[in-house]
Amino acid sequence: MSRLSIDTQNRAQRTVEELYKDLERRITASQPGLCPVDLAASFLHICHSQSCGKCTPCRVGLGRLEDLIQMVLNGTADERTVDLIEETAQSVYMTADCAIGSEAARMVLKGVKGFRDDYLEHIRHGRCMGLQNQPVPCVFQCPAHVDVPGYISLIHEGRCADAVRLIRKDNPFPSVCGLICEHPCEVRCRRTLVDDPINIRGLKRYACEHDAGGPPLVTAPPTGKRVAVIGGGPSGLSAAFYLSLMGHDVTVFEQRKKLGGMLRYGIPAYRLPRETLDREIGYLRQTGFAVETETSVGKDVMIQSLRERFDAIYVGIGAHNDRKLGIEGEDCEGVISAVEMLRMIGDDVMPDFYGLDVVVVGGGNVAMDVARSAVRLGAKSVTVAYRRRKQDMTALPEEVEGAMADGCEILEMMAPVRIEKDEDGRAAALIVQPQLAGPVEGGRPKPVPADAPEVRIPCDRLLVAVGQGIDSRKFGEYGIPIVRGKIKALDWSGVSGEEGIFAGGDCVTGPATVIRAIAAGKVAAANIDNYLGFNHEIETDVQIPRIRFDDHDPLGRINMKERPASERRHDFKLMECGMTEEEAMQESGRCLHCDHFGYGIFKGGRVAKW
Amino acid sequence: MVKITIDGRSLSVPERTTILDAARIAGIRIPTLCYMKDLNEIGACRVCVVEVEGYDRLMTACNNTVADGMVIRTNSKKALSARRTNVQLILSEHNTACTTCVRSGNCSLQKIASELNILDNPYPLRLPKQKGSSTFPLIRDYQKCIKCMRCVQVCDKIQNTHIWDVINTGAQTSVDVTGVYSLEDSGCALCGQCITHCPVGALHERDDTLKVLEAVSDPEIVTVVQIAPSIRTAWGEAFGMSPDEATVGRLAAALRMIGVDYVFDSDFSADLTIMEEANEFLERLKDGDSKQFPMFTSCCPGWVRFCKAHYPQFVDRISTSKSPQQMFGAMIKSYFAERINVDPSKICSISIMPCLAKKAECDYPTMKDAAGNADVDLVLTTREAERLIRMAHIVPQDLPDEEMDSPLGIGSGAGNIFGASGGVMEAALRTAYYAVTGENPDPDHFREVRGMGGWKQAVFDLNGTQLRVAVVNGLGNASALLDALDCGRVNYDFVEVMACPGGCVGGGGQPIHDGVEMAGERAPVLYRQDRNMTLRFSHDNPAIRECYREYLGKPLSERAEELLHTDQHGWKMPGEG
Repeated sequence: MSRLSIDTQNRAQRTVEELYKDLERRITASQPGLCPVDLAASFLHICHSQSCGKCTPCRVGLGRLEDLIQMVLNGTADERTVDLIEETAQSVYMTADCAIGSEAARMVLKGVKGFRDDYLEHIRHGRCMGLQNQPVPCVFQCPAHVDVPGYISLIHEGRCADAVRLIRKDNPFPSVCGLICEHPCEVRCRRTLVDDPINIRGLKRYACEHDAGGPPLVTAPPTGKRVAVIGGGPSGLSAAFYLSLMGHDVTVFEQRKKLGGMLRYGIPAYRLPRETLDREIGYLRQTGFAVETETSVGKDVMIQSLRERFDAIYVGIGAHNDRKLGIEGEDCEGVISAVEMLRMIGDDVMPDFYGLDVVVVGGGNVAMDVARSAVRLGAKSVTVAYRRRKQDMTALPEEVEGAMADGCEILEMMAPVRIEKDEDGRAAALIVQPQLAGPVEGGRPKPVPADAPEVRIPCDRLLVAVGQGIDSRKFGEYGIPIVRGKIKALDWSGVSGEEGIFAGGDCVTGPATVIRAIAAGKVAAANIDNYLGFNHEIETDVQIPRIRFDDHDPLGRINMKERPASERRHDFKLMECGMTEEEAMQESGRCLHCDHFGYGIFKGGRVAKW
Repeated sequence: MVKITIDGRSLSVPERTTILDAARIAGIRIPTLCYMKDLNEIGACRVCVVEVEGYDRLMTACNNTVADGMVIRTNSKKALSARRTNVQLILSEHNTACTTCVRSGNCSLQKIASELNILDNPYPLRLPKQKGSSTFPLIRDYQKCIKCMRCVQVCDKIQNTHIWDVINTGAQTSVDVTGVYSLEDSGCALCGQCITHCPVGALHERDDTLKVLEAVSDPEIVTVVQIAPSIRTAWGEAFGMSPDEATVGRLAAALRMIGVDYVFDSDFSADLTIMEEANEFLERLKDGDSKQFPMFTSCCPGWVRFCKAHYPQFVDRISTSKSPQQMFGAMIKSYFAERINVDPSKICSISIMPCLAKKAECDYPTMKDAAGNADVDLVLTTREAERLIRMAHIVPQDLPDEEMDSPLGIGSGAGNIFGASGGVMEAALRTAYYAVTGENPDPDHFREVRGMGGWKQAVFDLNGTQLRVAVVNGLGNASALLDALDCGRVNYDFVEVMACPGGCVGGGGQPIHDGVEMAGERAPVLYRQDRNMTLRFSHDNPAIRECYREYLGKPLSERAEELLHTDQHGWKMPGEG
């Protein structure tokens, strides 16, 4: 017998490895609305299978816990059972020899605390707290509830114009979203069970790029009701679009020179070309709403006067104020807020960074936007300083990777301490304190100062991208409730105590995604319509094609390609390449059609109108 | 049109035809279980799976459409084996004690298992432990439910009542009452449509046949049965008899063989209802209080329950007239008891109804007006009546057509059409016309309100008054109408509501034919009988005239109010304020 041998996996082990991957994907694509107690029992069963069996708490305890939870599920438990589960799990947690046992027990404890009411409901009434709710994942996950399987099947038939019309039923910004949506629709895509989620955003972009145009928009007969929309961003324009379709007389008040809000003044053109944005807004304006630009509500026109002139008001002012670092030297020349810089670019005023060393502070998408813009503006070097780990950045991973490919350097675990000025009072360097990844809080380790000396990062320009605030002061003074700077609106976008005033988008949620702002505008439009005494329904006559059959054979996901970094870093032209027809046909053919196969055909499926 | 091949037969069918329908066109039957056309096309049971060339996985025929060039095999070994497995899996969660099941012999699961030659089951039996009420008129057997979801769909889509829903997920998935924990606490109208749409024995009525047997065998007790109009359209179905053979007279003969002492036709009390309701309506017209309009009919207890639980704001507009069942019950235990000189407490008043809500109605505290105890003691559905006859081993075909007892034994054609949607309205209008003009109209003058339409409306001239009437059947249509009334989109003077689609002929207590809606076939029977009758007006019914002359005085008299009217607020539905 050899003294040592090389470990090789046998067939069973290899298969189990594959099954682990299958299970990982399955968990990723978990449906909303499942029974938490049933899931707890299943998770526990997996944990128990992982036990080596050496120690009592893990070998026996996890099994008994499983029995107890099963008793809850099959109606043979009483209320003391929950206490017994908790005590047992506590004991397993404290006495298990290794993490296989202790962490399994911790999951059970989390559940007993986190959904105790569900345990009790099962014991008392044999059912879950919530109703069975397994809607079409992509439609449910999309805040605007766009009919994703519907338009994907239209794309697959080559009916791109119809696909765009179908999208516009729920989301008036298909081209914008095709380029920059964070695509929450893909997160729980059921195709993930087979291989990878459908590239929904990419398909949407394809549809828009191949949209030959549909029939002209038809608005409902005029209602004689007037609605003021404050803020010409995605939320305000969505509300204005749908309200105009419903026949209301809408005026949009925008404080900047042009419409678009953060789409224009926050997102760089290499991600969203201005022509695309202008074309999209131009389409929406066909519904005939009026626009007053360079009109700041609260300054150029008073809220009270809008109250008198309009039957309803929608506030969608976004979150355009910059947040400060609050460190020494922040007020010196050369320190620019990201919001301010992107706003200048939005109005085609390009800052000159030629040959300069630029440092960006922050780890969100806006930080990446200004870093990558700085590269395109000729900076000699761009360094992103972030106080946590790269993987903890709130920016989308592809944005971080893209920035790095563009030539940005990421300095992780560096917390800004102060800004050093040169003799002219201009920013000369950012002094940072190296950090250590500390205890995990809210899923991310908290940075704690490391036992290491400060680091000096020389810079000519310091770009601060540490979040945005809401300019809600004027609205607060008028009497609209404001909580921590945010306008307080209800889930139907009404503002309590102020009948006829509605609010939504970033100014209510804090800085969030475009699609959430759009959804808020849609919700507001529906409820404003009802408030005005109408019930106009938004629908489309697009007929969904016949459902395709599928054997669920794994097939590669088509990812979006980008122009090479060496080329794109010199201009503000669109960076991402669209799908080819061949790619779009394959990708749309991967859709599993959860609107037809599964629960969607019974409940939670297609909503033909709203 | 698309060209397809099914089991080797080539044919062309319109686009968007389902595989199931295409197969039917080709003369090929694909078995289904959960499927119900237009109502439940969700492919839940996976029994109708077929092989489609080019695909490894099987597809359901019920809800997938054909494509050009598609080659389908419905009976390949692969499809058959999968079909058998799925039925065996369903059986592994189904209490297969078929011998003691109310649906034995009329069960789609039993039929499909037999058709698929399933003689054993490799899967261990796992039955749920939940139990529902055994005393409520509607009973759910958790061990029989196969989760086809039809009850959920019919309650949602047709009845808009939303009593049933899917609860829990995974292995714990079940169908149960939603919002509350038991049917008794729910806003269930007891229309029974979930029963007539259930493919198995998971939903059924409380069986009261043994109580009837007990009553007929008690020498102290005089048993009196009334038979609702719609029963004559349906009771013979289970015996293979046409409505022409399965007459109300033959049913009377069968009941007398079982030992029932007196048999009456509810056509009589339908006429009585018309006398009261038409006059009540004319009184309301005279009052002219707009808050009283439209006046709603009250003969359907499913509708009254629904209105009280879901639209309480309309309860005041429901006629105070009792339903024909309750009017007859009150007359049996008063007028009739006097006539035959029997202590009403010794009478067991039984009715045969197409309905479950009637089982609840006779129990309301407000329905004890004649003798202090219930005016109607027992209610049997059409199905229970059929079981009673079978139990006694009576062959109804061999029986003579017998007369009803008297008095109270005569009914008019107007009373007869109560069993079909529009019938109450038409009968009331015939009499209202007479009351206003002093002469009878052409009996078919108001025929516009007949038919299977879910929401019918018409305007009739009543001596210069334009009368706007509406007739709805199915609670989904009723709630659409109530919503429209609520927001002022429609205005009516008089509205007839029947909880079941098509009216009582489609009642939840009627014989079950899986996958077939029978109301459209049964209703014409009643209209045919009406047409062939010489007596077609309630007010012309000599038995009615006699009973007013001898006992009640005139419509809406004090005695009539006491016996034949009710306070619709006198009892509460769950959740009713």
